Amino acid sequence: MEAGKLSKFLKNGAIWGFIVLELIFFSVAGEFLSLSDKAFMDADNMLLLLKQSAPIGIIAMGMTIIMVNGNIDLSVGAIFALSAVILLDSMTWEVFAGLGDWVIPVSWGLALLTGIVLGAINGLIVWKTGVDAFIVTLGSMLGFRGLVFMYNGENPTSSLNWTLVDFAEAQFLGLHTATWFLAVVTLVIWYVMTRTVHGRNAYAIGDNREAAVNAGIKVGPHMLINFMIIGFLAALSAVVFYSESGSVNPNDGQLYELWVITAVVLGGTKLTGGSGSIISTLGGVLAIQLLRKGLGHIGADTSTVNLVIGLILIAVLFLDRQLNTKGKEELKI
Amino acid sequence: MTDKTPALRLEGIVKTFPGVRALDGVSFSVMPGEVHALMGENGAGKSTLMKVLGGIYQPEEGQIIVEEMPTVMTSPLQAKSKGIVFIHQELSLAEELTVAENIYLGELPRRSFGRVDWAKLYAQTDAILEKLKVGFNAKTIVGDLSIANQQMVEIARALTVDAKAVIFDEPTASLTDAEKVVLFDVISDLQSQGVGIIYISHRMEEIFKITDRISVLRDGSYRGTLETRATNEEEVTQLMIGRALDLSRNVSHHEMGDIALEVRGLSCGDLFKDVSFEVRRGEVLGFYGLVGAGRTEIAETLFGLRDPSAGTILLDGEEVRISSPADAIGKGISLVPEDRKGQGLVLGMNCRDNMTLPQVGNLSSGPFVATGAETDIFEKYKEKLDIRTPGWKQTVGNLSGGNQQKIVIGKWLSMHPKVLIVDEPTRGIDVGSKSEIHNLIRELAAQGYAVIVVSSEMPEVLHVSDRIVAMFSGKVMRTFTSEEVTEENLIQAISGIAATDKVA
Repeated sequence: MEAGKLSKFLKNGAIWGFIVLELIFFSVAGEFLSLSDKAFMDADNMLLLLKQSAPIGIIAMGMTIIMVNGNIDLSVGAIFALSAVILLDSMTWEVFAGLGDWVIPVSWGLALLTGIVLGAINGLIVWKTGVDAFIVTLGSMLGFRGLVFMYNGENPTSSLNWTLVDFAEAQFLGLHTATWFLAVVTLVIWYVMTRTVHGRNAYAIGDNREAAVNAGIKVGPHMLINFMIIGFLAALSAVVFYSESGSVNPNDGQLYELWVITAVVLGGTKLTGGSGSIISTLGGVLAIQLLRKGLGHIGADTSTVNLVIGLILIAVLFLDRQLNTKGKEELKI
Repeated sequence: MTDKTPALRLEGIVKTFPGVRALDGVSFSVMPGEVHALMGENGAGKSTLMKVLGGIYQPEEGQIIVEEMPTVMTSPLQAKSKGIVFIHQELSLAEELTVAENIYLGELPRRSFGRVDWAKLYAQTDAILEKLKVGFNAKTIVGDLSIANQQMVEIARALTVDAKAVIFDEPTASLTDAEKVVLFDVISDLQSQGVGIIYISHRMEEIFKITDRISVLRDGSYRGTLETRATNEEEVTQLMIGRALDLSRNVSHHEMGDIALEVRGLSCGDLFKDVSFEVRRGEVLGFYGLVGAGRTEIAETLFGLRDPSAGTILLDGEEVRISSPADAIGKGISLVPEDRKGQGLVLGMNCRDNMTLPQVGNLSSGPFVATGAETDIFEKYKEKLDIRTPGWKQTVGNLSGGNQQKIVIGKWLSMHPKVLIVDEPTRGIDVGSKSEIHNLIRELAAQGYAVIVVSSEMPEVLHVSDRIVAMFSGKVMRTFTSEEVTEENLIQAISGIAATDKVA
């Protein structure tokens, strides 16, 4: 049993060990390679890192539930973009002209509603047709993105509200608004997954769907709720991000689904469902953001960053397989 | 057994895992043309021994000797090249491919440029299939075959090499009685060709029918070899579990209560037709029939997994419609499914969470799980059902079959159902735990539960049931009381002999 505990500790703690490793590496390498003379682990830099982690991180929390369930959602990038368009465009609508700054909560509500509805569409199709979530959300990824382009053609949708920008750029107890959103979402979803009936059912369905059905769990509605949660979170991520930037391009949020999935997988969630942890997902999100920022800090360009992240993802999963005792009895291929 | 050189001999095999001596000096031998049974409870070391033989594990001590040649096994493929072939309980076939492709998978005959020599492939395959006297040919798609025929494909695969010893691991687990006869014919053919056969099974009837000698393992050590002709079931069982096993007919009668469940004219397409029966509180109603007789399908219909096409279901005298498992559970019908691992348990979850899975919603306060209440339920039923586990945190996948089954039963008992349906209560469970499960079922009836037991094992239905419903191809042939039933009239009823000319 002791041996099992050790490997479990290694598995759960691995991502945080990796983060520490990254911090050390970039701090040391930064001393020699960085063009700026600021230290990598500068407080401002770290706070910025957390803020920049938020858009991907918020969605990754939802993706963890979806993947624990044994599903996947490829449409989150498109939901992100469409919600952003609704958020910014609705602020300029004639009907809301008399609201003044009260248009902000209204637009937020509309954007979040958009996310929930789009998620519900995914969930309903998965539930009612029984088609694999990968295929369904691959379709809706294309479809939702099509809607973004139909809305405003190739042009960006813009609306800058200074009250909103002030709110988005505010710092409370040192942390940026976006960081607070990430923290709250992480805490809430962690609570859902570890303490609630819904979370318990999510693991059961992902591990053995048939046994879950036989235990009387209503799998279809459960999945619908999860797709609505991730839709909501994708929209929330857009709300947090575009409140500050004020302008959305129709191509924004592309490849977000892949960054999100990468973060979740780095955090140890299995693609086959049944296991995964919110806290480890947070680790995965931070590890990726650290890598992007760190490589930038030592002067690497974007293409190098992508190459390195790709290699590390494969290396980490290989290591995970080695650590996983079950892997040893598997057939050689 | 004219040849005095064993086809395969194991000498003093020792294999240890951290903390466990899984095999403790096991020796036995199989002669050419002999069927040698290997018996033992789950965990006795049979699988470990087979893995050693197949080169998956390396023994720390001891030798494997194939026809007097000490051999080191490195992989199942290498074992096969030495003439040691395994027929596994779980078939590993590529269902989309043809019989011929499956048989020669990895060793397809080739022509130049790596092209497959189809003509040769089919000719070779048909030659082997002819020896087995099967009703399909080399070009049949494996997925279209019955389980029994798929097993024949596995056996055919074994015959592509000059087999010295063939190891059958629970080969009859999913076969009907008719299919078993065919399998036994094939085994006796192999026998007459001088192949040594190791036959692993829990089923005594079969062992006594086809084997020459029986070797028994217990707790990883070799307990002796018996001549089949000179021994009996009790002796073998005692050797296996160290005590006698009670498989007598059920004679205990206690007070029966009201009718808990009544079914009138229930049909579901072609699966079963016009099925009627009732079960009282305090009664165990057995369902017996061949594979495909519709037993499991009836259970699934009662549990809301299938929609009936006709008929009515009455619970406590009131007509109900059952639309889903959730609905069935709400109305007090529970199902312990046939495939424990596939349908009954979430293997990656711990014992407690598995047990409380259906009622975790009721135990919660708001959306939050009440873990204290869950633990209480688990501890209560752990004691009640004598579930042996280090604690509730133990992952269910690590428990033995018998304890897993108790978790599934405890899961439903803790919700106090009106009707408990148990499909194949002891499939894949070792002899010792088997009688525990049987006693448990009797005890539940005595406590006033209405219990339905679906089983394909005759001794089991005879042992636990108060009444037995005999089914044949979707119809109820007859309902026996425990006084009326004999092995003979039960077999006649389930093979449809009493009925029409539709004998399978």
